[in-house]
Amino acid sequence: MSWLTLFAQVQIHHRASDCESNNGFCPDWIIKNFGDRYVDPFFRHLELVLISVLVGFVIAFALGIVAHRRRWLVGPVIGLTGVLYTIPSVAAFLLLVPITGFGLLTAVIALSSYTLLIIFRNVVAGLAAAPAEARDAALGMGLTDNQVLWRVEVPLALPEIFAGVRIATTTTVGLAALAFFANAGGLGGLIFGDLVFKSNVVVAGGLCIVMAFVLDGLLLFAQRLSTPWVRAARA
Amino acid sequence: MAAALEFQQVSKTYPGSDEPAIQSLSFEVPAGDICVLVGPSGCGKTTTMRMVNRMVSITSGEILLDGRSVLDRKAYELRREIGYTIQQIGLFPHETVAANIATVPKLLGWPKDRIRERVHALLDMFSLPQDMAGRYPAQLSGGQRQRVGVARALASDPSIMLMDEPFGAIDPITRGRLQNEFLRLQGELRKTIVFVTHDIDEAIKMGDRIAVLKKGGVLAQYATPAELLLAPVDAFVEDFVGADRALKRLALLRVRDVDLWKAPRVRPGDPVTQAQEQLADSDLPYSLLIDADGKPLGWLSDRDLAGERVPDEAGTAATPRLDQDSVLRDALAELLEEDTQYGPVVDERGTVIGVLSIELIAQFLASKDPRELDPPERAGVEP
Repeated sequence: MSWLTLFAQVQIHHRASDCESNNGFCPDWIIKNFGDRYVDPFFRHLELVLISVLVGFVIAFALGIVAHRRRWLVGPVIGLTGVLYTIPSVAAFLLLVPITGFGLLTAVIALSSYTLLIIFRNVVAGLAAAPAEARDAALGMGLTDNQVLWRVEVPLALPEIFAGVRIATTTTVGLAALAFFANAGGLGGLIFGDLVFKSNVVVAGGLCIVMAFVLDGLLLFAQRLSTPWVRAARA
Repeated sequence: MAAALEFQQVSKTYPGSDEPAIQSLSFEVPAGDICVLVGPSGCGKTTTMRMVNRMVSITSGEILLDGRSVLDRKAYELRREIGYTIQQIGLFPHETVAANIATVPKLLGWPKDRIRERVHALLDMFSLPQDMAGRYPAQLSGGQRQRVGVARALASDPSIMLMDEPFGAIDPITRGRLQNEFLRLQGELRKTIVFVTHDIDEAIKMGDRIAVLKKGGVLAQYATPAELLLAPVDAFVEDFVGADRALKRLALLRVRDVDLWKAPRVRPGDPVTQAQEQLADSDLPYSLLIDADGKPLGWLSDRDLAGERVPDEAGTAATPRLDQDSVLRDALAELLEEDTQYGPVVDERGTVIGVLSIELIAQFLASKDPRELDPPERAGVEP
C-alpha cells in the first residue's frame, strides 16, 4: 500500500453545470448529492470521534485516578502523553499503518492518544481541586478513601473533567478529518478528495464544524445536568 | 446514651519532628459534659481532638470511649460513631443540605424513610426551614451553613461529638446566637462533647470543664470554668484567662441563680401606708409600681406617694428590665448603660421576680464560691 493507492480512491466527479465547472458554491449540486455523498462519511466520522474520545477518556480517567493517589505519577504521565500529543497527526497515522494496518483501529489509536494529555490533566487537576475541608469532613465522618474519591472528589471534579472532554472532543472532530490517511473513512476523504471544488469543501468542512458544535452542546448539556450545584452557586 | 471519654498518658509526636505535639495527656470527660480544649495556637488542642476519632494517629497512650480503646476497631467504623464538625464546616458543595445531613445515616445503611424523617427533624431542631433541604451549601448564609454542619454531625445521634471551633468563622452576633442555641440543645441531648477553641470567653461560656493546654501539648489545668477563674494553677493559666478573670466570672452565673433583692411592689390604687410599710422593710429606697399582671411600671418617688392612694403612673421608668436568663455580665452592662444601681428582674412572662443591684453583683465578685451569696433578703415572690 502506498500513497498512490490512497489517492486512487479520490474521484474526480463529472461537472455538469457552469457553477460546478467553475468549482463554485452550488446549492443545487449540494441538494442533489448530499444524501449519497456525505451522509455515510458523516456517520463514519462521528463513529471515529465517539470511539476515540471514549477510549481516550477511559484510559486518561483511569490514569488520573491512579495518579491522584500516587502524585509522583503525574509528572511522568504528563510527559508521556505530552510526547504523544506532539507527534504530528499525519505522521502518527502513517507511522501506525505498518503496525496496525489500515482502518478503524489505527485511526482510533492515533486519535485517542491525542485526547490523553488534555483529559488526564483535567482529571488530575479536578480531583485535586476538591476543597480540603470537604475531604477532611468526609474522612472525619467515616467515609473510606474510596468513598471519598467516588462520592466527593470525582463529583466535584466533574466540571474540570467535562471541560477536558469537551476540548478533546472538538479537537478530535478536526483531527479525524485526517483519518483517511489511515484509510479509516470519515469526512476527511471528501475534503481532500476535491479541495478545489468549493461546494464539496464547504459541505464536508461544514459538517465537521456542525458535528463539533453539536457534540460540544450535548456535552455542555450533560455537564449542566450532572453538576446542578455549580449553577446554584452562581445564582 | 452518652459516652465517657478518657485520655490515658496520650502522647503525639509527628513524624520528622523532635518535639512532641502532645505530652502525656491524661484527663476524663464525664458522660454528657462539654469539655473545652483551649490554649494558644500551637498548643495541640486540635491535634488532641483529632486523636479521638483517629484523624491523627496516637503515638503512645490510650484513648478510651466508654472504657473501650478507640484503636480496637477500624478507623472508619469509629468515626461513624462520633459526630465531627470543623471550623471550615466542610459541607459537600455538590450535595444538597438534605444529602449533606444524611451522610452518616447513609453510610450506616439506614432505610430511606428513616433518613428522610431524621433530616426533617434536624432541620426543625436547628430552626432551619424545611424547604432548605433541597438547597446547596453555596445558597446558604454563613450561620445557616454552620447550623447544617452541626446538624450533619448529629445526624446519626452519636453519643460523642468533636467540634473544632464550630462557631469560629462567623460574625460575633451570629456566633453568640448559635452558642446559645447549641447550649439549649445540649441541655436536651446531653452529648459528650470535645470542643476546641482559642477563645477563653467561648470556653467559659460553653464548657462544663475546660482543659487549658500550653505550647508543646502540656495540660496546664483541667477544671470547671469557675475553678479556672477563681484559682488558676500557675502564671500561664492566669495570664491566658486574662486580667479580667474576675469580671469573666460574671458570665458564669445567670440572673435567676442569684438571690435577688425583694422588690417592694405596689399596684395602682393600693393604700400608700401599705407601700410605706413595705418600703421600710426593704433594701430599696423606692417602691416598684406593677400592673395587674405583675409587670413593672416604674419606681415611685416620695412625691408619687404623697396622696392616700398609689397613683397609676410612676415618676421614674423601671428600666432596665433584666431577663432572668441573662448572665450577670450582660445584666451589669445593662445597668451601667442605664446609669442606675438596680433594675427589676422579670421572668419569661414579664412578671417581676425580684431586683438585681450592682451591690449584689459586687458581693458575688467578692465571694470565693460563685454560688455562695449572702443577700440582704431573699427574693420571696408573692403571687
